[in-house]
Amino acid sequence: MPKLYSGAEIVFKCLEDQGVEFIFGYPGGAVLPIYDELKNFNFIKHILVRHEQGAGHAAEGYARSSGKPGVLLVTSGPGATNAVTALTDAYMDSVPLVCISGQVPTHLIGTDAFQECDTTGITRPCTKHNWLVKDINDLEKTIHKAFEVATTGRPGPVLVDIPKDVQFQKAKYTKFKRQKKLNGKIHNKFSQKDINQLIELMNKASRPIFYTGGGVVNSGPKASELLRELVHATGFPITTTLQGLGSYPGEDSQFLGMLGMHGSYEANNAMHDCDLMINIGARFDDRITGKIDEFSPKSKKVHIDIDPSSINKNVKVDLPIVGDVAEVITATIKTIKKVKPNFTKSNKQKISKWWEKIQKWRSINSFDYINSTETIKPQYAIQRLYELTKGKDTYITTEVGQHQMWAAQHYKFDKPNRWMTSGGLGTMGYGLPAAVGVQVAHPNKLVVDIAGEASVLMTMQEMSTAVQYSLPIKIFILNNEYMGMVRQWQELLHDKNYSESYTAALPDFVKLAEAYGCVGIRATTPDELDDKIIEMINTDRPVIFDCLVDKQENCFPMIPSGKPHNQMLLGPKDQKKNKITGKGKTLV
Amino acid sequence: MANSKSAYSTPGKQGKFDTHIIVVWVDNEAGVLARVVGLFSGRGYNIESLAVAEIDPKLNISRITIVTTGTPQVIEQIKLQLKKLVPVHKVADFKREDKKVIFKEMALFKVVGNNSKKDKALKACKKYNPVILDKTKNSYVIQITALRREIDTMSKNLKKFGLVSVSRTGAVAMTRGSDTFR
Repeated sequence: MPKLYSGAEIVFKCLEDQGVEFIFGYPGGAVLPIYDELKNFNFIKHILVRHEQGAGHAAEGYARSSGKPGVLLVTSGPGATNAVTALTDAYMDSVPLVCISGQVPTHLIGTDAFQECDTTGITRPCTKHNWLVKDINDLEKTIHKAFEVATTGRPGPVLVDIPKDVQFQKAKYTKFKRQKKLNGKIHNKFSQKDINQLIELMNKASRPIFYTGGGVVNSGPKASELLRELVHATGFPITTTLQGLGSYPGEDSQFLGMLGMHGSYEANNAMHDCDLMINIGARFDDRITGKIDEFSPKSKKVHIDIDPSSINKNVKVDLPIVGDVAEVITATIKTIKKVKPNFTKSNKQKISKWWEKIQKWRSINSFDYINSTETIKPQYAIQRLYELTKGKDTYITTEVGQHQMWAAQHYKFDKPNRWMTSGGLGTMGYGLPAAVGVQVAHPNKLVVDIAGEASVLMTMQEMSTAVQYSLPIKIFILNNEYMGMVRQWQELLHDKNYSESYTAALPDFVKLAEAYGCVGIRATTPDELDDKIIEMINTDRPVIFDCLVDKQENCFPMIPSGKPHNQMLLGPKDQKKNKITGKGKTLV
Repeated sequence: MANSKSAYSTPGKQGKFDTHIIVVWVDNEAGVLARVVGLFSGRGYNIESLAVAEIDPKLNISRITIVTTGTPQVIEQIKLQLKKLVPVHKVADFKREDKKVIFKEMALFKVVGNNSKKDKALKACKKYNPVILDKTKNSYVIQITALRREIDTMSKNLKKFGLVSVSRTGAVAMTRGSDTFR
């Protein structure tokens, strides 16, 4: 007679076999049997959050910075619905999450029982797949399948809903054997012919560009190394999306910076004028393409992606290559070495004119701003933060808004998995709990959440989590008292009608920090900024840094809505220089 | 464009809409239909008609036949998105005009009236394999199998012969000859 385990024990057995070390969660009636078992499984550390959304974002931060799936454990009803924002966020940004939720006992399902909700129904559109486990004998295989679905192909969140009675029932458990070849939903279908065609296109191109995205990061650190090798071997310029930052060194001379709505002038113009665009693991998001009809009109487009449904979804491409980024780049480099060993040399001449053009765009210096000696410019604050933290292998998370774009523009990343931001869903309140998750994965690293005061208040309660587990996260708030990006759009598009975008009655963040039992620091003038940042870095406890910045600053450059890449709106300094003054503004 | 007040771009040119029949083989498990239908509604795709039933009780496979309209790009997306769903085994798609494929819908008509009206109704249905499923002194229930637009026409034409109720299915499809869907 084999040993029988309760459903709750099986949950932990599965997590053990999956190599899970941390779960982020919040107890409640329908998951109590699972929480009861926690004491018997010492290999798992449970991080108690203050809100289930925080659990989800913390699991995302953990997953994105470590490359391992993030696990969260929530109760039925409100526990599950609170996790929905984080699940949707993970779905949009392809983050592997496994959410285990409690459910009311099977005989009560459908009776509107206390804390009952249709969890699988609610989370169906925001997960890769979800399961309601009604039979204890299905529990083991379902949880293992959940990990498989979350981590293979294009990663994403999954949810396993376990009724309370199933958590008590008993069943056998057979040790899980990880199979190397996983299920048929992985689409690694590219052929050598595709690679040859790609090299043919690269060979012919005189104005090529690499446009890379989060897929490179998701493919693992090896993919980023390979990307560097490929970019160096070809001599082509490269731009990355918001999510792709870090997959290529931010200070490398071939790097044109981020592209898109608030991307660099050179990156967007190069995208518009190129004759060959090689998209690696990006998805032609609308913040990237601008007006689709006028998106890069003269180029041949290659799209390398593991998800076939990403191909031809927004932009029609000439050469689709479905496969894992690392494998496709490996094959490409190998073929170049074999077929055209002197590719770089023969190519340099051909694309030299292209580089000259790019240098001209670059000389505009589109991320520039007018600095001030009286008020701290938000861009300046991030530049200082970067200068004072570089070389420390810093992990950066952000909230959503102007500060996020400035962080993307001015903080340079050297390695993948160092940059965690909510790109697809644009979830305000993401950064603080994400920083908690990152710090859990990397206890000895410097983790900074570059935040806005409005965003950070949405999940501020997670400071309490950081204090409980001595996670020395740094919340670097660029405080302009406005929902800055909303204010910017209202200034540019809605005749400066700042409807509800100003936050009166903000808390005193320094006192708030003290109330949470962490450290509060405030910087009000540019000359004290450096010292205060250094003080923050040297504090071995969680810090809330209240950086009072210019309230009116706008985020430039930008592509106005409905405009193509080559009609960017530049910042005030460049506007003067290039005579894009009043007229440019009315165009937005 | 100068007056756009949106943070989003304006819609580009729309391609030509085609009608497609999409056949999906799925695991017959709880919620699978909701997943397929939710994909359509969530992404703004149309469903003109839907037919679903288990076809292999041993392997628990259901076959879903969906009639949909969309631009070639949208149809391609529908197929690729469907293939990503975990319980989906395979997806086939063909244009309504495709001569290699038969598709049929079934309709039930209830006609109430005197003998002459009833018989006229039955006669009108002659082309579509009418079967009388139920008859009383003053009513018929007639079953026909036909194409969507033929049934549309019939339900209009039968009004004058005392049509009081219509019930109809979604389309089901099958390839002609010895070939099967791949």
